Amino acid sequence: MREIYDRLKHLFPLGELTEQRPDLAFVTLPAEFLRSALLHLRDQEGFTHLVLLTAVDWLEDGQFQLTYLLSNRTQARDIGLRVMIPRDAATMEGIHDVWPTAATYQRELREMFGIDFPGSPGVNDDFILEGWHDIPPYRRDFDTKKYAEENFSQRPGRATTDPAQHMKEQLYPGEA
Amino acid sequence: MSMKPELLKRMVKGPDGVEFEVEPLRDYYCEAPPTVMPAAYSKIVEGLFNWARSESIWILGFGTGCGAIEMRPLMTPRFDAYRYGVQWRPTPRQANLFIISGYLSTKTLKRAIRSYEQMQNPKYVIGLGSCTVNGGMYWDSYNTIKRLDDYLPVDLYITGCMPRPEALLAGFEDLKKIIRAGKGEGANQYAERFDWYKANQKQVIHDWDMPDYNW
Amino acid sequence: MQFEWIKIPYALLTLFIVVNFGMLLGAFIQKIGARVGRRHGIPIYQNYVDLIKNYGLRSSITHGTMFYLGPVFRLAGGVGLLLFVPTIYGSEMFSNLSFAGDLILALYFVFFGTLGMALGAAESGHPHAAIGITRGLSQMTSAELPFALAVFSVSLQYQTLSITDIVAAQQGSILSWTLFTNPFAVAAAMLSFLGSMMRPPFDVVLAPQEIPIGPPTEYHSSYLALMQTNRAIFPIAKIVIYMNLFFGGAASWPVFALKVFLIYMVSVFVGVVFPRFRVEQSIRWFLVWAVPLGILSIVLV
Repeated sequence: MREIYDRLKHLFPLGELTEQRPDLAFVTLPAEFLRSALLHLRDQEGFTHLVLLTAVDWLEDGQFQLTYLLSNRTQARDIGLRVMIPRDAATMEGIHDVWPTAATYQRELREMFGIDFPGSPGVNDDFILEGWHDIPPYRRDFDTKKYAEENFSQRPGRATTDPAQHMKEQLYPGEA
Repeated sequence: MSMKPELLKRMVKGPDGVEFEVEPLRDYYCEAPPTVMPAAYSKIVEGLFNWARSESIWILGFGTGCGAIEMRPLMTPRFDAYRYGVQWRPTPRQANLFIISGYLSTKTLKRAIRSYEQMQNPKYVIGLGSCTVNGGMYWDSYNTIKRLDDYLPVDLYITGCMPRPEALLAGFEDLKKIIRAGKGEGANQYAERFDWYKANQKQVIHDWDMPDYNW
Repeated sequence: MQFEWIKIPYALLTLFIVVNFGMLLGAFIQKIGARVGRRHGIPIYQNYVDLIKNYGLRSSITHGTMFYLGPVFRLAGGVGLLLFVPTIYGSEMFSNLSFAGDLILALYFVFFGTLGMALGAAESGHPHAAIGITRGLSQMTSAELPFALAVFSVSLQYQTLSITDIVAAQQGSILSWTLFTNPFAVAAAMLSFLGSMMRPPFDVVLAPQEIPIGPPTEYHSSYLALMQTNRAIFPIAKIVIYMNLFFGGAASWPVFALKVFLIYMVSVFVGVVFPRFRVEQSIRWFLVWAVPLGILSIVLV
């Protein structure tokens, strides 16, 4: 993967290359260069398959990280492009004209994270949650346990045991 | 939330050119709530009917959750539910038993209510798995319900995550005993406490675009 | 011709025997299929239990008059088919209401049930029902054609339209059956038989082997009970016609049971081996294979 990285470094301002495996690597780049990088990887380098488009919520930094995972099927290699976008009013350019399947991923991110992709077909349609009226649930400041306790009636008598606590008491009974 | 455009009140032009107004949620359904259907006149006839109902249970072929994978082995020669009189039917009109197999997200709950209300009296509901009892593995999920019998009247729970097919067969036997004792009156219970069930359902389903009773 | 009122109770007795025979035979055939698949299968009395349960459902929905009449037509088709053909040859008691010319009436009744069902299912308004009806009627029409040709050929051969006379002409030895005197007609008719039994390869109309979706999608409780009764009667009645026309008729109830069972098993044997045809494939199959046999049989007679 190093040689691809070196070739790309001449064209785009890239961050560090993280090689997770010999055939899987991630690289960060600014949002405005994403589209041309994707097109270059698809046309020149042979990464023709969009595997997935997903997001990570960096709550402390106030950013969303979008990961575009591309795959080169003939050489069996994957490269992930990471893009950081600000968390408030998150919006990103859609790539649904490059790969039509990205429209579904963008619809999911719109519903679950609140990242808008203007122009993506059907991006505002309900994906899994119908009639959702709270903040997008995959965000880390959404407390799912609190939501579940407040909105759904529970059956009483549920007891939970923390396995670590239980084993600690079993194995080391005297310690506090 | 906005409803789908074909469910709104609108003017429609018929094939013969006549324009008329149609309101789908009101026109295509009847607005009567469910009624309590009493048992047959004499005890002997009702006993015969209950025996026949217990020997011939037709399950609605709607796998609502991951428990549906435990229903497939029952159709195979190893577990063979057909010798118990159990058959799967594709349409709610012909089905007697609705198995809620596993977790029930609010999206599926809306469809499950619609299917349940289309079934004919008497009908039974089995809750399969621990997710129907108290939320199970998804106890802190924002999307699944935690207590099935707030939304549908449940006759029997089969616990497990997932229960094995032998457990399902044992559950069918228990359900047969319940039906034969005349206690399988979930449909009448639904009709009696209809407003309570409907209020619970509407509390979790936020985009209600169906009539109140889908018969 | 005289009409004796005593025929009516005898005809009802035949109907009663055939209904029970049909229900037990249906369950028996399913049990054979299950045993071949190394499982136990449904109990023999399961059809009766299903019938009682469906009748005992407390509520039912109706979509209109024709919806109600659909199963009635279907059952009328089955019962009519049975009552107008002689079941046991030579028996005063079990000749039902047969008369000269009942062959044409039998042809009519075979199609009548499907037509009524189609009208009723269309009234129900379900899109699955509409799809099932279009498939079912087109397949049924093309499957009827070789049967009609075979019937014409047989009636030309025996110079009569009365089933009783046709059966009489086949008595004697096994070699005087139509099977051996007019084999092309029998071949065409048996191919058509496969098509109308609603088993693979022609079961695209009602996909699995019971009464499930397709036209009967919206039918439930008492309506379904009527249709299940018909499901017991109609195949037996059709097999009775086949038996009388082509296989020498039956002179007693045990022979009747044996012959009906064997003819039914022909469709089962074919059914377990082959996958399903699409509708246009099955229509093409009938027109290419079965109709020329029927035409050939008429020409040769």
